[in-house]
Amino acid sequence: MAKRIDVSGLTAYYGSHKAIEDISMTVEPRSVTAFIGPSGCGKSTFLRTLNRMHEVTPGGRVEGKVLLDDEDLYGSGIDPVSVRREVGMVFQRPNPFPTMSIFDNVAAGLRLNGNYKKAQLGEIVEKSLKGANLWNEVKDRLNKPGSGLSGGQQQRLCIARAIAVEPDVLLMDEPCSALDPISTLAIEDLIGELKERFTIVIVTHNMQQAARVSDRTAFFNLSAVGQPGRLIEIDDTERIFSNPSVQATEDYISGRFG
Amino acid sequence: MSTAAVTDRRPSTLRGARLPKWSPWAIAAGSVLVAVAIGLAAGLTSRIQWGLIAAILFVVGTYVIAGRVEGRRQAKDRIATSLVWVAFLIALVPLISLIWTTLARGVHDFNLYFLTHSMGFVADSDTGGGIYHAIIGSLEQVGLATVIGAPVGVLTAIYLVEYGRGRLARAVTFFVDVMTGIPSIVAGLFILSLMLMADMQPFGFAGSLALAILMMPVVVRSTEEMLKLVPNELREASLALGVPKWRTILKVVVPTSIGGIVTGVMLAVARIAGETAPILLLVWGNAFINNNPFSGAQQALPLYIYQQYANSSGSPAAYDRAWAASLTLIAFVMILNLAARGIARWKAPKTGR
Amino acid sequence: MDISTQTTEAPPPTPPPSATERKRDARGATRAGDRVFLGLSRGSGILLLVIMAAIAVFLTYRASLAISADHGNFLTTFEWNTNLNPPVFGIAVLAFGTVVSSIIAMALAVPVAVAIALFLTHYAPRRLSGPISYVIDLLAAVPSIVYGLWGALILVPHMTGLYSWLNEYLGWTGIFSWDGGAPRAMLTVGLLLAIMILPIITNVSREVFRQVPRMHEEAALALGATRWEVVRISVLPFGRSGVISASMLGLGRALGETMAVATVLSPTFDIQASLLNPGGGTFAQNIASKFGEATEQGRDALIASGLVLFVITLLVNGAARAIIARRKEYSGANA
Repeated sequence: MAKRIDVSGLTAYYGSHKAIEDISMTVEPRSVTAFIGPSGCGKSTFLRTLNRMHEVTPGGRVEGKVLLDDEDLYGSGIDPVSVRREVGMVFQRPNPFPTMSIFDNVAAGLRLNGNYKKAQLGEIVEKSLKGANLWNEVKDRLNKPGSGLSGGQQQRLCIARAIAVEPDVLLMDEPCSALDPISTLAIEDLIGELKERFTIVIVTHNMQQAARVSDRTAFFNLSAVGQPGRLIEIDDTERIFSNPSVQATEDYISGRFG
Repeated sequence: MSTAAVTDRRPSTLRGARLPKWSPWAIAAGSVLVAVAIGLAAGLTSRIQWGLIAAILFVVGTYVIAGRVEGRRQAKDRIATSLVWVAFLIALVPLISLIWTTLARGVHDFNLYFLTHSMGFVADSDTGGGIYHAIIGSLEQVGLATVIGAPVGVLTAIYLVEYGRGRLARAVTFFVDVMTGIPSIVAGLFILSLMLMADMQPFGFAGSLALAILMMPVVVRSTEEMLKLVPNELREASLALGVPKWRTILKVVVPTSIGGIVTGVMLAVARIAGETAPILLLVWGNAFINNNPFSGAQQALPLYIYQQYANSSGSPAAYDRAWAASLTLIAFVMILNLAARGIARWKAPKTGR
Repeated sequence: MDISTQTTEAPPPTPPPSATERKRDARGATRAGDRVFLGLSRGSGILLLVIMAAIAVFLTYRASLAISADHGNFLTTFEWNTNLNPPVFGIAVLAFGTVVSSIIAMALAVPVAVAIALFLTHYAPRRLSGPISYVIDLLAAVPSIVYGLWGALILVPHMTGLYSWLNEYLGWTGIFSWDGGAPRAMLTVGLLLAIMILPIITNVSREVFRQVPRMHEEAALALGATRWEVVRISVLPFGRSGVISASMLGLGRALGETMAVATVLSPTFDIQASLLNPGGGTFAQNIASKFGEATEQGRDALIASGLVLFVITLLVNGAARAIIARRKEYSGANA
């Protein structure tokens, strides 16, 4: 189920502006890979190229290859809609559908894809909400609007929605940046559990978070404002935080810039 | 292209069968051809019917072909896309026709003579004559309406935004909403009922009063929006300097939003300049030049158009004049609109976005 | 904005007489200025209320004169003979015609307007959508009399084909049977009204769809939604109340439209079962057509019918606002 991501020579543009340049890396299945780096270094842009969300932005386009197990996401004949079904995403700010109930939010992806049996739907919703550690809090109000939950609960609802369709990969774009510390902790615990089943990539501003949740860490940087972001290095998280091979990484981690 | 079966979704396939990029154009071309063939065979004279048949064929064809090749979800997506395109193209037909006809037929009579002569001593079915009297009437009536309506509207908006708390403000807000919905003919009837009581004959200013009523709520709404955009920090900064509230409003709040306020007033002017119904009831229409809006029937451009159409029993000369007057009226309204937009962009508050 | 240059009333450089005196002066001047200004602006607000009250009072008064003189039933009589003595008139035909033409207009205009708004915000190439939005903005400002002239001289001749087609295939329903007269019937009126209100509904809907937060759309996209599914699960639910208020705006225009109806319809004072046979009338059109020959009594009768139109538009506006308020409560928490 969880799949390996193999990126080679990836460059992404916004119109004529080059946002990231020539990135190559491998993301191992059933692991958490964290992207860190200063603001504007393109780590979110890179994340969005992994499920072809980047091209949704007006002017967004991509060069290079992203292999999901052995299939190039940008190959000819690939349907971006199917890509996004296989590579789920959780956003910076929780974004449950405001007009849908909690149940409908989780079921939204399944209903779109249409390959479920009516009887199973309740079961899958329950399993997903349990998977997102939210079931106990919402099981009595599944028919209430999802927008009535707290921020942390909403974010876990979004995670439940993403995992309900059983994606191969789960991308998380600073999933805790809009949350309080306690909700953050809940999400971090959840990430630890989810990596048993999914390949997880997480963008974070918070280095402690990267150190806590990830197995591998990738450091992104840009040489100057307006220049494209680049991958500086990717390594085991422990090594990055104790003994990185590039000076800039150490400077960033020890708080000398960024 | 891969022919991987779509039925078996797992193990996953990222490549569903896709129609080639040119397929919508091909289907469109095919539909048009078939529609023309049907039209010729069935002897349908109206090109509009041909177009409709083509549109229906296109939508149905897209759904069937996409459903076969790509599956139901993609077919639905494609049908939505084609419906949206078809709706857009169909709606373009009357709107383009309206603009085009007004231009094409309007230029026939549109010249300096037309702009500078009245209809005095010109029978409705004869050629000649012009709209000078209507332009004078429209300018006077709309001008007077603006002189009344704009200040009342702006001041009311200031009251609502800067002072308005409590029951009075809520009542005003509510009734401004109600007033926005008044049909123009009802505003005309209201003034008419006053004129019946005072036993007055039609005159230009009566029309102005009705137009002012129609203008006020529009100005209030747009001005309110603009004043709300002024950040509170600006007001507080001024008040903190010990500047009295009324001077803060006049010297800080209003100048900051003046571009938007002027835009709103101009759009409201453009709207009332095209109103016919109240003018018909209150100003009556006049073939001669009457420069005095306070006495005697006047003419106005929209009413002129109506009367050239309605009172001429199909004379081509009258229709030509009606089109030329329409062109004049549209040009006036468009220039006001464009100018208003220009001002809005030029004077847009620099604070925030 | 630089406050200091705006406020010329800075404290004088020379030391003022005494602190208390200055304070009193300032407060006195402040009070006078504030009072005048507040009075002016509040007065304007009150003037609006007075106008609204006056409209209601005077229309009702003149209408009551007419209705008490009416020897028919004001609500059910199928006649408009205000010059008889005693006069006989009723609004049944007008109410029917107004409602029917507006229903046709809404049924045609709303779906198309929503589709165009979606086209402009979610489907059209960006280079196309900007200029088109602009043109539609301008079209919304075209005076209704121009639509009326166009409708009478261009649209009406083009309706013959549609009329005969409808008559041939759907004539058996009764609604679409046609006696072959000039196509100046309710269907044409409804279509012209639809064309007229299309730009305004499109504009408002477009603004609403444009305000759908990006994150809601991305949420749907990230689940593997097609473009249509994004529209269906995040754009349309978000925009629903806005589309309703846009439609009501359009409906208000259609109900009260005078000239575009008066130029296109050939009115008779009866109710036609078929939408294709000339006949019927609307409140506004009837006022415009009957006004010329009306005596004072006739004018009062027209005012009475105008009052009914006024009440109908008020009800429509009220209903719209109630719907929107209810929707707001439901999705109010969407942060």
